[in-house]
Amino acid sequence: MLSKSQARAFFLGGTILTFAVFIGLSWHTLSIEVPKKTNEQNLTQQVINGKHLWEANNCMGCHTILGEGAYYAPELTKAYERRGEAYIKAALMSKEPWSPRGRKMVAYAFSEQDANDLTAFLKWIGETDLNGFPAKPKYKSTVNPSK
Amino acid sequence: MKFKSQKVAYWFFALSMLLLTLQLVYGFIMGFAHMGYDGLHDFIPFNTARAVHTNLLVVWLLSGFMGAAYYIIPEESEHELVNVKLAYIQLITLAIVGVIAIIGYHFNYWEGRKFLEIPRPLDWLVVANVLTFLGIILATLYKGKKRTTTALVMTMGLVFAALLYLPGMIWFDNQTMDSFFRWWVVHLWVEGVWELIMGGILAYLLIKITGVDREVIEKWLYVIVGLTFISGILGTGHHYYYIGAPKYWLLIGGIFSALEPLAFLAMALFALAMYRKGEKNHPNKLALNWTLGTAIVSFVGAGLLGLAHTMPQVNLYTHGTLVTAMHGHLAFWGAYGMIVLAIITYSMPNMTGRKLYNTVNGSLAFWLSNIGMIGMTVAFGVAGVAQVYMERIMGVEFGDVQKEIQIHFAILIICATMFSVGIGLFIYEFLRYGQPNDEALIKE
Ligand code: HEC
Ligand code: HEM
Ligand code: HEM
Ligand SMILES: [Fe+2]
Repeated sequence: MLSKSQARAFFLGGTILTFAVFIGLSWHTLSIEVPKKTNEQNLTQQVINGKHLWEANNCMGCHTILGEGAYYAPELTKAYERRGEAYIKAALMSKEPWSPRGRKMVAYAFSEQDANDLTAFLKWIGETDLNGFPAKPKYKSTVNPSK
Repeated sequence: MKFKSQKVAYWFFALSMLLLTLQLVYGFIMGFAHMGYDGLHDFIPFNTARAVHTNLLVVWLLSGFMGAAYYIIPEESEHELVNVKLAYIQLITLAIVGVIAIIGYHFNYWEGRKFLEIPRPLDWLVVANVLTFLGIILATLYKGKKRTTTALVMTMGLVFAALLYLPGMIWFDNQTMDSFFRWWVVHLWVEGVWELIMGGILAYLLIKITGVDREVIEKWLYVIVGLTFISGILGTGHHYYYIGAPKYWLLIGGIFSALEPLAFLAMALFALAMYRKGEKNHPNKLALNWTLGTAIVSFVGAGLLGLAHTMPQVNLYTHGTLVTAMHGHLAFWGAYGMIVLAIITYSMPNMTGRKLYNTVNGSLAFWLSNIGMIGMTVAFGVAGVAQVYMERIMGVEFGDVQKEIQIHFAILIICATMFSVGIGLFIYEFLRYGQPNDEALIKE
């Protein structure tokens, strides 16, 4: 039967090996693939300002982005494509809690400039290559009945 | 209790129970908001409630782990904690940092990154606090007579948990990179190093409660934590499928994360086998319930419900929906909530000298909280699956779907009430024990 020292060798060996592979792949992902898949050349100062606002207000506490966050409000990775600039800016600049479908957003009443920055951030992230997420629904969408 | 300094654990457990209570309050606020009753929106918007709920969770678990370490390490190393006063200072500063963070969340003072909302200046206080804690534990181990595998595995878990907090403190302009490193904290914590802490506490409890030979238990502990890391490190890839990382993570993350349940299965089989092998005459039957319970419920919540959405083909549809909340609740509860309640149930009679073994309230606390949590998991699950089919497969608008699934949150609230009654009884029993005292020394 397995002895304690063999069990320890299994633990240490397995950990070191998988960790080394993980670090190697992470390095490849971050230095080569992510800049391409996220179009890093489009990461302008305006987009970065938008990301600052995104974090400072914890939008992720209601919404998901890249599928991460809270499940209270719509996933926003494709919000720009889905709603367009004017709609998004209306939501962000509204002085009343934005809630066309009943559930309330915080009434941020952002300035025009802040709203532009956040919109630029959403536009940029919408162009990221997400390996097919979110999947296209199999049936006719009610998201944008005009289409 | 064999060492005077073990008493400090009591206060960490007390802090833990206080924060747990508050966590539940904010859980109810969100449950009602999902049902359409968002009357508190102007004062406590959903994102505030959520940040408070999840951060309180992490802090009460950490406080519980720290208490567990302060209780277990002196006994395992046969040495008093090197500096008890410092341990109390560490307790108080932990509470203060926690309170400042929670208050800040009510005034838009945070960093909008799920689970890592603590603003960076406060992060440094957390780091200082954890370093103090680790200093006390490591110095005690160093001076102690023995260094057991149980103590080493647990300490290794705590040290790695502290190290892994650091990647979460780096700022990135690119959201994908931010997310990439956020998982080094979140995933590598719960599906990596926290399992070492859990495994260490579990091994300690099994040694004490079943009386099975330490060599046998610790051998299997190595196998379990080996399985954890071998599957869990590359399993991080299951969070890299759809965030702007390359496609090879679909393969690597899919395969390795599908192996992760093995570690939890091993933990459950191990606990049951040791129970069957051991003597069945330890008087603290409630501690045994919680110990075996954590091994089993963690396998269901983390292992099986994790497996349910970890394949890339499934995750493409379930990613970022209420299905994730379903799994998050039972996994956190089974693995980490229950292990903290297990060590509390085991240690309280030893620290206070009051032998409130096997009370009716204690049993009710166990069963109500567990059945309530399973009910909550089902409610989240039904809501989540309905959401996935309507929104992601049929293409129904998000807001319309949410209206359709409101009813499941009524069920959630009912089950959450049952769960909370269980927790209430647990805390009532905790208070009934009173404070620890020196007369309890060696009386066990
Ligand atoms: C309290 C929760 C909450 C917070 C915080 C929040 N939102 Fe919202 N948001 C909502 C809800 C709910 C909706 C959907 C309203 C509706 O359609 O009825 C929404 C809608 C939106 C929309 C329109 C999306 C669509 O597909 O219709 C955008 C864009 C948006 N929010 C951006 C943001 C940004 C940017 C932030 C942070 C500055 C933010 N939200 C913070 C709750 C929130
Ligand atoms: C009174 C009981 C509780 C209620 C009503 C409740 C309710 C909720 C709700 C509504 C959410 C937010 C989901 C969303 O983003 O829309 C949430 C998140 C969460 N809760 Fe609870 N909760 C309760 C207790 C607990 C307990 C005891 C734990 C842990 C043991 C826990 C762990 C979590 C976690 C980890 C999340 C984040 C989930 C994720 O991001 O996927 N909750 N809870
Ligand atoms: C005790 C151990 C575990 C805990 C506490 C836990 C908890 C959580 C939480 C809170 C999340 C949401 C995280 C976030 O979005 O920030 C999550 C996500 C996830 N977990 Fe776990 N988990 C555990 C184990 C596992 C295991 C073993 C598996 C796989 C077999 C798994 C599979 C997943 C997957 C695939 C997601 C991503 C869901 C999504 O795409 O939205 N988990 N887990
Ligand atoms: Fe994970």
